[in-house]
Amino acid sequence: MLEIKNLHASVEGEDQEILKGVNLTINKGEIHAIMGPNGSGKSTLAKVVSGHPEYEITDGEILFEGEDITELDADERAHLGMFLAFQYPIEVPGITNRTLLRESYNTIARENGREELDPIEFDDYLKEKLDVIDMKDEFLERSINTGFSGGEKKKNEVFQMAVLNPKLAFMDETDSGLDIDALKIVSDGINKIAGPENAIVLITHYQRLLNYITPDYVHVMMGGKIVKSAGKELALELEDQGYEQLEKEFSLNGEAQ
Amino acid sequence: MSETQALESMIGEEYKYGFSTDVEYEDFPKGLNEDIIRELSARKEEPEWMLEFRLKAYRAWTEMEEPSWFNATYEKPDFENIQYYSAPKNKPKLDSLDEVDPKIRETYEKLGIPLEEQKALAGVAVDAVFDSVSVFTSFKEKLAEAGVIFCSISEAIKNHPELVKKYMGSVVPARDNFYAALNSAVFSDGSFCYVPKDTICPMELSTYFRINNMNSGQFERTLIIAEDNSHVSYLEGCTAPMYDEHQLHAAVVELVAMDNAEIKYSTIQNWYSGDEEGKGGIYNFVTKRGACRGKNSKISWTQLETGSAVTLKYPSVILQGDNSIGEFYSVAVTNKKQQADTGTKMIHIGKNTKSTIISKGISAGRSNNSYRGEVKINKGADGARNYSVCDSMLIGQECGAHTFPYIESKNPTASVEHEASTSRVGEEQIFYLMQRGISEQDAISMIINGFVKEVLKELPLEFATEANALLDVKLEGSVG
Ligand SMILES: Nc1ncnc2c1ncn2[C@@H]1O[C@H](COP(=O)(O)OP(=O)(O)OP(=O)(O)O)[C@@H](O)[C@H]1O
Ligand SMILES: [Mg+2]
Repeated sequence: MLEIKNLHASVEGEDQEILKGVNLTINKGEIHAIMGPNGSGKSTLAKVVSGHPEYEITDGEILFEGEDITELDADERAHLGMFLAFQYPIEVPGITNRTLLRESYNTIARENGREELDPIEFDDYLKEKLDVIDMKDEFLERSINTGFSGGEKKKNEVFQMAVLNPKLAFMDETDSGLDIDALKIVSDGINKIAGPENAIVLITHYQRLLNYITPDYVHVMMGGKIVKSAGKELALELEDQGYEQLEKEFSLNGEAQ
Repeated sequence: MSETQALESMIGEEYKYGFSTDVEYEDFPKGLNEDIIRELSARKEEPEWMLEFRLKAYRAWTEMEEPSWFNATYEKPDFENIQYYSAPKNKPKLDSLDEVDPKIRETYEKLGIPLEEQKALAGVAVDAVFDSVSVFTSFKEKLAEAGVIFCSISEAIKNHPELVKKYMGSVVPARDNFYAALNSAVFSDGSFCYVPKDTICPMELSTYFRINNMNSGQFERTLIIAEDNSHVSYLEGCTAPMYDEHQLHAAVVELVAMDNAEIKYSTIQNWYSGDEEGKGGIYNFVTKRGACRGKNSKISWTQLETGSAVTLKYPSVILQGDNSIGEFYSVAVTNKKQQADTGTKMIHIGKNTKSTIISKGISAGRSNNSYRGEVKINKGADGARNYSVCDSMLIGQECGAHTFPYIESKNPTASVEHEASTSRVGEEQIFYLMQRGISEQDAISMIINGFVKEVLKELPLEFATEANALLDVKLEGSVG
């Protein structure tokens, strides 16, 4: 579904590379976890894949369902079925969640030649999705993320994902800031969304999340590269040992090259 | 294209009303002196008292100084180079639309002005002021049946002199300020509306102003009187062709509301705003004021200001009657090198008077957008209340937004609440919406519409769509 090959990227107009040759392949039906120390480039990877205009791809390619998407704008990538749950969801005053979601849903439907939903049909559809993560419908009438608590913002991202039903979702630290109950609810929700036809990439610092959602692969990102990939046991290892050992190996390897 | 550039180019949509119409004009010399005023008054066949009113205002004006306290810089108009009267030659005295000069009608059609029958069905009565002369007033009959007088101010001077004499200058005295004095001396036409006691005006009233002639200033005068227990809603729209020279528009609007009367005055202003470098465009220096004379009376100003090179405008309400209400809802959009200094004054005199101010400023390009508001609570205004919100939104890095709130309360039982905020249309917001599948253009339009909807919902329903369309025209465009 997604193939990232030797991806290099920097902030537009600056020399300093943030992504320094990322390779990653994701097939449908899979759940991947990306872990790694602060500042290692996890969010940047998610944003570059989503088409954030602030970053410039200096080398490599991103293929989605076999098509090179590096020249596509963020909205075009969304139409293809890509979704990003933001690490820091943005507040947009003056537009309600409901308005955003109806616009989004119908735009994506239209772009894919599917039928749009009229306001009443859409309302029923939303109600169904609210249940997925146990969200109150009053959130529909509130401006996007405006004045939401940290945890509410994260839940709202998962809710949007449930509504838009993407093929591929990057979830950037969706677990950070959730209380214990909310973490459970959100994880259950994600498990319900996950299926054989879609794929999910969880960016997280905590192996705790992976107790609820079992990943097929765990990757460790460091210094703008994926330095290690393995099964879910890698998360437990990291929990135990931290990144120090890997850091040593990685920098040794780096020098050896 | 970066997001900021895209934003700017969207807001920088070309002016669509910039054509001029080739009609013949009556000759009238440029410049201003007492003879010019006599000539103007004579051509309009005005009574002696009207001429006196003008001359007195002119004499006051010659002793006044042009103001400069506002947050805008511009080249002062050359008052000797303005033509103070400009009338299409085939001056129509009309009973039906068919008699309007076809070229003028064409202009109005291009403007999408509701002169046509379709809009008639929407229940809109239109008075169109082309340059200086009122061209056509539709629906006179239906209004007359209800007892409402809606006509050009020139006609009102002829046919209802007692009303004009009584009220003209009673809210905005001729010596009120420099531009009001100038207007009082040379106003050429405008609209007049009188709603008698116990009457709900049966339709929205509407006036369209257009400056066509290059050298003419437009000085229109509007007077609306709502007697006890009456209600009227009025909308004005404005456009002008594109010329390199600045043109002056100095209007005076006076509203009077008696006991339990309500006047709702809405403006969609889209005068030509000049080019990228600030060349050309209208100077919009307007005095608008309403007097809530009666108890429980209410005056609302709603404005969508998108045009003009320089705008100085403070629609105000004098809250004289006990329990009277004043409202000001404003959206001011500036772009390129436009400068707007606009806001309101609410003067609380009566007991338990209430005022609400909601101001939304959007600045883009290298423009400058200032809100200036004054809330004054007099000694006797027990229980007076004011609530003000002024929000600014910036698009790009080179524009400016400023707020100047003045509050003066002489009554300890009064309450005044003021909130202000400034935000920037962020690239992160746009990326967020785009990630959800929404195009850049729609994302910007959604953000702007979200920002202004609190104000636009105050516009009469028939015009809300028009306003949204205008905002979109102003904001949509050349992305990608
Ligand atoms: N727009 C930007 N301008 C300047 N530096 C940036 C920008 N975006 C990312 N960086 C830098 O790139 C590096 C990677 O940042 P990124 O946000 O991808 O880290 P992360 O792995 O998500 O970290 P965390 O776990 O703390 O969320 C950091 O050093 C960050 O400061
Ligand atoms: Mg991050």
